[in-house]
Amino acid sequence: MDFWISQVFNGISYGALLFLLAGGLTLIFGMMRIINLTHGSYFLLGGYVGLTVIWRTGSFPLAILVGAVAIAVLGVVQWRLFLHRLAGEELGQVLTTVGFALIFQDLALVIWGGEPYTIPAPAALTGAFNTGTLYFPVYRVFMIGVAAVVAVVLWFVLERTRVGAMMRATVDDAEMAGGVGIDVRRISMGVFALGALLAAGAGVVGGAFVGVYPGADFEILPYAFVVVIVGGMGSLRGALIGSLLVGLLDNFGKALFPEFSYFTLFAPMAAILAIRPTGLFGRA
Amino acid sequence: MLEVRDVHTYYGDSYVLQGVSLEVAQGQVVALLGRNGMGKTTLIRSLIGFTPPRRGRVVFKGTDITGWASNRAVDLGIGLVPQGRRVFPSLTVAENLAVAARRPGGPWDVARVMTLFPRLGERAGHRAGKLSGGEQQMLAVARALMTNPELLLMDEPTEGLAPILVREVGKVIADLKAHGLSILLVEQNLAMALGVADHVHVMSRGRIVHSCPPGALWNDTEVKTRYLGL
Repeated sequence: MDFWISQVFNGISYGALLFLLAGGLTLIFGMMRIINLTHGSYFLLGGYVGLTVIWRTGSFPLAILVGAVAIAVLGVVQWRLFLHRLAGEELGQVLTTVGFALIFQDLALVIWGGEPYTIPAPAALTGAFNTGTLYFPVYRVFMIGVAAVVAVVLWFVLERTRVGAMMRATVDDAEMAGGVGIDVRRISMGVFALGALLAAGAGVVGGAFVGVYPGADFEILPYAFVVVIVGGMGSLRGALIGSLLVGLLDNFGKALFPEFSYFTLFAPMAAILAIRPTGLFGRA
Repeated sequence: MLEVRDVHTYYGDSYVLQGVSLEVAQGQVVALLGRNGMGKTTLIRSLIGFTPPRRGRVVFKGTDITGWASNRAVDLGIGLVPQGRRVFPSLTVAENLAVAARRPGGPWDVARVMTLFPRLGERAGHRAGKLSGGEQQMLAVARALMTNPELLLMDEPTEGLAPILVREVGKVIADLKAHGLSILLVEQNLAMALGVADHVHVMSRGRIVHSCPPGALWNDTEVKTRYLGL
């Protein structure tokens, strides 16, 4: 019983990290239909920038803030110079963003070297809640809390504010959104920045959990895409449920059948997509 | 108010508008008639900036707005009721109106458009995609009014509507005109268009081939058969 409870907890906390990453991707890829293979790089670069801030200042909150904002700016530059010209051109998007991902990977190697690092979590977030035989690391609880707050804020902004309605209007019919006076360029740029910000923030938060190391970008990228596609393109609820599902499947797969862990992750995905090609909460 | 000077517009290689000029004066309703595929919708798209002209000038309130992004044209006071309604289907009726609110201080707000279209008030919380065709058309007009336009571009607002609703739309247009709004109206419904227009242009193959007061067109069998297929 203890085994199951702690594995469920581990799965949910990994799912929480995935949600931070995939929440951003569901905005960029799910809503704006930009196939952004640089999303994993935002995660990794966010982690590295956060690491540098921690080294210099020792402040974990500042590391999250600076890491997230710096990469959001990088994302906006990338969008402004390249991606917004490639609307609807999937091949161009794939090639451009995979090119950027490789460039960022090499740049990170030059700047931060090939050593694997772990972002030191602040003292308040280390240790564990102990209930006799069960053991819940505080940091994992913190990640679940961050993901929950981000989910509520994103939901509120998208569903309950005028700006959120303008984003959805742009997704429904971008040309017509311009025809009622919405500045579609600004909305798209804002959505892209928000997506990059979330990914980089996830990189800092996750850097204290999975570490910051060369290759983390391409390792986590498929997970983010699986979450968005299984959850349903552009659906926040889908990204949330999808993240938990992938987190749990990945965790149980690795715990129970370590040699088949990719199979236990991707076979249920294939089954879901066979039954519901638009994903769990996707619009047809 | 609006001056269109020798506008030429292409879709890719196809040469659609071949030099269109017209004017809409303050408070006037100008109707644009013609069969399908003659360039009426392209002209509307050229004016709002969806398909910018390759040559020619669009001047609105003395400002050259040729090739402007649509949202800037809207901010300057052009409202659009597009062909096919194009309401935002996943947004509620209230959200469709809220996202279009522009130029604060103008006469139109949510309360006022809902007085004009009480049906929309009853449906405020419904997804626009679930509305009937007539309700969507009302929403498309209401949404354009929310931008507080001085000039309204209406592209076939009666398309697909039952005759009773066509009369309803005609009344709304007359009402808006009485409020001083200038309107460029693309229509297939001749009776409705001639009922509200101050001036009529007939388009054929990307050009304006005939211009006259609305009364004159009623009796002009030659133009009606040749260009309108009546």
